[in-house]
Amino acid sequence: MSKATRLSLVLLVISALALFAALYLGPVALANPFASDEETRTIVWQIRLPRALTAWLVGAALGLAGAALQGLLRNPLADSGVLGLSGFAALGAVIAFAFGFAAFAPAAALFFALLAAALVTALGWSNRGPASLVLIGVGLSSAAGGLIALALNLAPNPGALADLVNWTLGSVEGRSLNDVALVGAFLIVGAALILFAARGLQALTLGEEAAAAIGANLSRTRALVVLGAAACTGGATAVAGVIGFVGIAAPHLVRAMAGHDPARLLLPSAFAGGAMLVCADIAVRLLPTDTELKLGVAAALIGGPIFALIAARLASRSAEA
Amino acid sequence: MSALLSLTDLSVALNARTVVNNVSLSIAQGEIAALLGPNGAGKTSLIRAALGLIAPSAGAVRLGADAPSKLSSRERALRAAYLPQRPQSIWPISVEHLVALGRYAYGAAPDRLSGADQAAVDAAIKACALEPLRARRMDEISGGEKGRAHLARALAQHAPLLMLDEPTAGLDPAQALAIADIVRSHAAHGAVVFSTHDVALAARTAGRVLLLREGRVIAEGAPEIALTSETLEAAYGRRARIDRVGDTFAATFL
Repeated sequence: MSKATRLSLVLLVISALALFAALYLGPVALANPFASDEETRTIVWQIRLPRALTAWLVGAALGLAGAALQGLLRNPLADSGVLGLSGFAALGAVIAFAFGFAAFAPAAALFFALLAAALVTALGWSNRGPASLVLIGVGLSSAAGGLIALALNLAPNPGALADLVNWTLGSVEGRSLNDVALVGAFLIVGAALILFAARGLQALTLGEEAAAAIGANLSRTRALVVLGAAACTGGATAVAGVIGFVGIAAPHLVRAMAGHDPARLLLPSAFAGGAMLVCADIAVRLLPTDTELKLGVAAALIGGPIFALIAARLASRSAEA
Repeated sequence: MSALLSLTDLSVALNARTVVNNVSLSIAQGEIAALLGPNGAGKTSLIRAALGLIAPSAGAVRLGADAPSKLSSRERALRAAYLPQRPQSIWPISVEHLVALGRYAYGAAPDRLSGADQAAVDAAIKACALEPLRARRMDEISGGEKGRAHLARALAQHAPLLMLDEPTAGLDPAQALAIADIVRSHAAHGAVVFSTHDVALAARTAGRVLLLREGRVIAEGAPEIALTSETLEAAYGRRARIDRVGDTFAATFL
């Protein structure tokens, strides 16, 4: 069994334990979440299980998308957020909410994530390095941020404002099994696309030209990863709103254990992202705050420092070189 | 015997500037050709165009019987292997894992190699004297060792044509001669084109040299004919004294 397979199995076990813990823990601690009384059944099957599963799937989708984008861009700071996919997915959702089509918010998030993916692909297509692709993403993220603010200004009713805040801060509170199915379906599609690109990501370890020279089809790899990451990000943002840094933190945590190979990093990153977000959501539910802390805020509190740490390390490495 | 590589009146333009100008070259099985010339003479662009990594602005490239643009990247990889001037290992994978990437065109995954793939990787590692380093990470070895690891990756590709862009840059004399030996043994069953700034090494290793300046061929042919003080001065813009002792060759720029 390879190192990466063993790591994946360990992370799946950790994920299962976290999911079980999520059924026991909460504002009301349950002694036996499998008891057959009405109250327990409602708490576990209507509230905690869908919420925990949503958290896991959202974390897995973001972790997978992050690992794939990092391999594609050859940059450990890349993720859905950096390429602008999250920002555009949120913009889509916000537009739907602001103009009274709340029911279409998930579809709009997906559509806009794909739009951002297509834009990044088109703008960064011809012989541009990973740095310029990231810069294009930064431009798209800023544009999405500006347009979200514009939508906020133009929102016709003040009720929409609360929705907007909920959406942009990210949460899995009150999610149902329908949400689980939605993000699950998009994760499966995104994962299939990304896994087809896995060997191309491996080749890209050598840089663009040498990867082409050993026989990798880079335009195919690029298209598969961008579309797969868009599906993962769109699905995750559609059900949970913007949750940042999972796509950076999850690959970072498993990279050394998986042997640094970008293809062998994909599944462990997904499983680590899922486990991380379930644990973060348990923490959010247990924290004795007046209003529940948003999951997106918790993720940023954990992931932000990790992002800064990697950035500082990269900067010192390029200063040495 | 058909050529492994032929360039016919090849010109390459980068950002509207002509960097390779009307170069023709044919490389057959068993040949070693060296590309010489000052920085910016077009050596790298010539290699990249020959591999189909950039498109010619005029003229034709044939890799075997076909234009590289007509081949898939996998088909190109089976005909020619490439060592870039600054080879990269973006992630700190192990030396063996890096060499195994040379088997990509055969459908190999670096950590799950077939018998044939593993044999090719082992042979390439042995040829480049990397056995003690095979489990080391790419960021834990020296510059010379990194160069040998990337060369082993290119050898593991088992392509008949090997295109090396400055394979000895930054290497000590012993390491550079070791690379020359690897080049010679590859030419026993294939062909090699390499670029270098080491005039003496080119003269000792290659059967043919191509001396370039500003994209044009200044002199071409067997080293003892093509490399004279006049042609070297025409290429590099400095007078050179040439000394031959036995089979060694030295060019001293004055």
